[in-house]
Amino acid sequence: MSKVRLNIDGKGVEAEKGMTILEAARNAGIDIPTLCYHEKLAPYGACRFCTVEISRNGKGKDGKTRLVTACVYNVEDGLIVKTNSPKVVKIRKMLLELMLASAPVLSELAKEYGIEKSRFKAEVTQCILCGLCVRYCAEVKGADAITFVGRGTKRRVAFIDEVVSTGVCMDCRECFSVCPTGKIPRETDGAFFEGLTVQDVLARTRGR
Amino acid sequence: MARLRSATDLGKKRQSILSRRDPSKPCVTICSGTGCHALRSDQVAEAFSREISSNGLRAKVDIRRTGCHGFCERGPIVVIFPEETCYLGIKPEDVPEIVSTTLVKKQLVERLLYKDAEGKKVALEGEIPFYKHQRRMVFGSNRLIDPKSIDDYIALGGYSALAKALFEMSPEEVLQTVKQANLRGRGGGGFPAGVKWETTRNAPGDIKYVIVNADEGDPGAFMDRSLLEGNPHSVIEGLIIGAYAIGSREGYVYVRQEYPLAVSNLTVALKQAHGYGLLGKNILGSGFDFDVIIHRGAGAFVSGESSALMTAIEGIVGEPRPKYIRTAVSGIREKPSNLNNVETWANIPLIIDKGAGWFTSIGTEGSKGTKIFSLVGKVNNTGLVEVPMGMTLREIIYDIGGGIRQGKKFKAVQTGGPSGGCLPESLLDLPVDFDALTEAGSMMGSGGMIVMDEDNCMVDVARYFTEFLADESCGKCIPCRAGTEQMVTILNRICDGEGESGDIELLEEISEVVQDASLCALGQTAPNPVLSTIKYFRDEYVAHIEQKRCPAKVCKALISYYIDPEKCTACGICLRNCPVEAISGGKNLVHVIDQDKCTKCNTCFEVCPTRFDAVVKISGEPVPAAVPSGTEVVRKKGKQE
Repeated sequence: MSKVRLNIDGKGVEAEKGMTILEAARNAGIDIPTLCYHEKLAPYGACRFCTVEISRNGKGKDGKTRLVTACVYNVEDGLIVKTNSPKVVKIRKMLLELMLASAPVLSELAKEYGIEKSRFKAEVTQCILCGLCVRYCAEVKGADAITFVGRGTKRRVAFIDEVVSTGVCMDCRECFSVCPTGKIPRETDGAFFEGLTVQDVLARTRGR
Repeated sequence: MARLRSATDLGKKRQSILSRRDPSKPCVTICSGTGCHALRSDQVAEAFSREISSNGLRAKVDIRRTGCHGFCERGPIVVIFPEETCYLGIKPEDVPEIVSTTLVKKQLVERLLYKDAEGKKVALEGEIPFYKHQRRMVFGSNRLIDPKSIDDYIALGGYSALAKALFEMSPEEVLQTVKQANLRGRGGGGFPAGVKWETTRNAPGDIKYVIVNADEGDPGAFMDRSLLEGNPHSVIEGLIIGAYAIGSREGYVYVRQEYPLAVSNLTVALKQAHGYGLLGKNILGSGFDFDVIIHRGAGAFVSGESSALMTAIEGIVGEPRPKYIRTAVSGIREKPSNLNNVETWANIPLIIDKGAGWFTSIGTEGSKGTKIFSLVGKVNNTGLVEVPMGMTLREIIYDIGGGIRQGKKFKAVQTGGPSGGCLPESLLDLPVDFDALTEAGSMMGSGGMIVMDEDNCMVDVARYFTEFLADESCGKCIPCRAGTEQMVTILNRICDGEGESGDIELLEEISEVVQDASLCALGQTAPNPVLSTIKYFRDEYVAHIEQKRCPAKVCKALISYYIDPEKCTACGICLRNCPVEAISGGKNLVHVIDQDKCTKCNTCFEVCPTRFDAVVKISGEPVPAAVPSGTEVVRKKGKQE
């Protein structure tokens, strides 16, 4: 494997070619927050929470920087990555405020970004549609018992009765532990994790 | 059908088709595109067939059912060759007169000709202002051929560009020609087609795909549909040439299930091309193999996005994926896959046939060739128009479109489909060009062009398009799904008279993140309608929020209907037509609308005779109090007539 050298938040980082920015950053001890990422799953790029600002040798095309998701963007030689630039923080705050409207359970995480209350109203589902349960069930367990239904604002996560009724998912419950908001365990088992901490939310998306 | 085994065979075939055709023989062509079909052009065609037979003219007159001519507003369209006499709005009952007058006596049926604003009649199709200012190099053959006849296409020189590519050019030369032509994708992004082809050609792997994107889903847009319906072989020929240049042996046409005529004409065309050896193994004896599969889409707007389209072809739900590795490198089943829009492919045979120099002589510095637009909305002449890049919006709307209906005032034109922007009157002289439109906060998109007049509320327009996009968002990424949802909520409250100060800034704040952080182009461009209307029509937002007034008098919550007692003649028409019995009054008694009962359905406003104009819409001011019961002004019916 050939090595590439890049700069993340002012720190020189060496990474393997083919690695994502997220992997390179975490290897170097730099944290980029994620919500739909999981080490055991293929990158999905849906929550956009790991958005970072990149440029090459100080400037991008037309001297402009680009906003990319760290979980899917591969490292390149000479890449300069800012994981906490004003643009990035602005995006994360807006994403959290949007999510908070339908998942108030994320209030602790939101507070960490200075958001006390969302300016938006939405149906409270406590689900951010990160798809971790759906993808974990499909990619790790091969059971395909959970799926997305509906499109756009009507998108929901649902267990597929035909699959569940075969007994395939009775004792697994591994989706419980990947759900960052605790929706899945609450609705299936009544075991809702009250008072989620920031660490709870982030830890569960990392499969550790 | 005999297979053509060489370029010479194709040439001979063309000669033999032409030798059986007499250009001076009268031919009645009837537009059978979707617009004319909806206006029962099939019955017109049957009437011609019957009438020509009963006049004993069967051997002397040909009948051809062609693709869309573009002037859909005035269909069904009938053009009689060789003179090219054009009759508009033809009904089956007009046919006997056309046959006896034009075909038998060689005279014009004056009443069926196009009449311009001054009442001057125009007999020839090409002289009608709607057509006269166009340059129809891609769309022009539609009116000359029966889309179900490959012979019609070959007679016009069809597939000769393919023969030229296969026998006179290397794949590399074909690629270079397309690159030099600087043909930019007609589907939305305007990415240079030649560069995309080169990426796929150079990507590692033996299996490569070429794909036609016919997932046109913009409200009001139908140019790709009409091209695929009216001239399917031009798209197929372009695709085969592209496959040859790229090194692909398998292609797809991703076409909406809702386009049944396109699917049917394309199916026939592929079968005929196979029969002639223009598809399949050893095309024209060149040793090049290529085949095409039709994939019918289930009709999700987002499936027009390249990665979503490709997952849909794989049989998976059409949702975009991050494209830091382009689909040109990793597309269908992770193989290099080159996707171009219908119109882009249809340009290819022309470029190969006439050369890159010819193509680049048309258009602007950065945008070459022509573009087909769906010109719709409040213009006099609606339909499909093809113009050279660089023509101004004013020329398209006024010279071709004939200006605004009913002499109303132009307000805005939305280009580029639902995620395009609304441009105001001050930008009417903007040349239509990929970069100029983007610069102005709109985009070329796939070529939608919706014209709006003084009666359109720009906040309501922004709400309509944002609602469409929120509805069509796949829901995968948060900014697009939740961001557009909240934008719709805010726009709704502004239109409902519940807008709050700070709402404009909040819309801008959400828009910025939706643009910057969304996964695919649907989300990245979704804020365009809101941002462009805030930029150019901010005063309308302010009026809604601060004065609770809708300047165009569209938003129901902000308007009231009122009957002017000075103008009301107590004719009773509004009273009888009101669906909720909100209008009181009687014979010789001025009518009054009960504001509590009124549902603002607009019926009274529409039915009140224009010579009275007694029903008025009010916004931002109180409704004048009705005169007390018993003291209503008494009017004699017809007094003011």
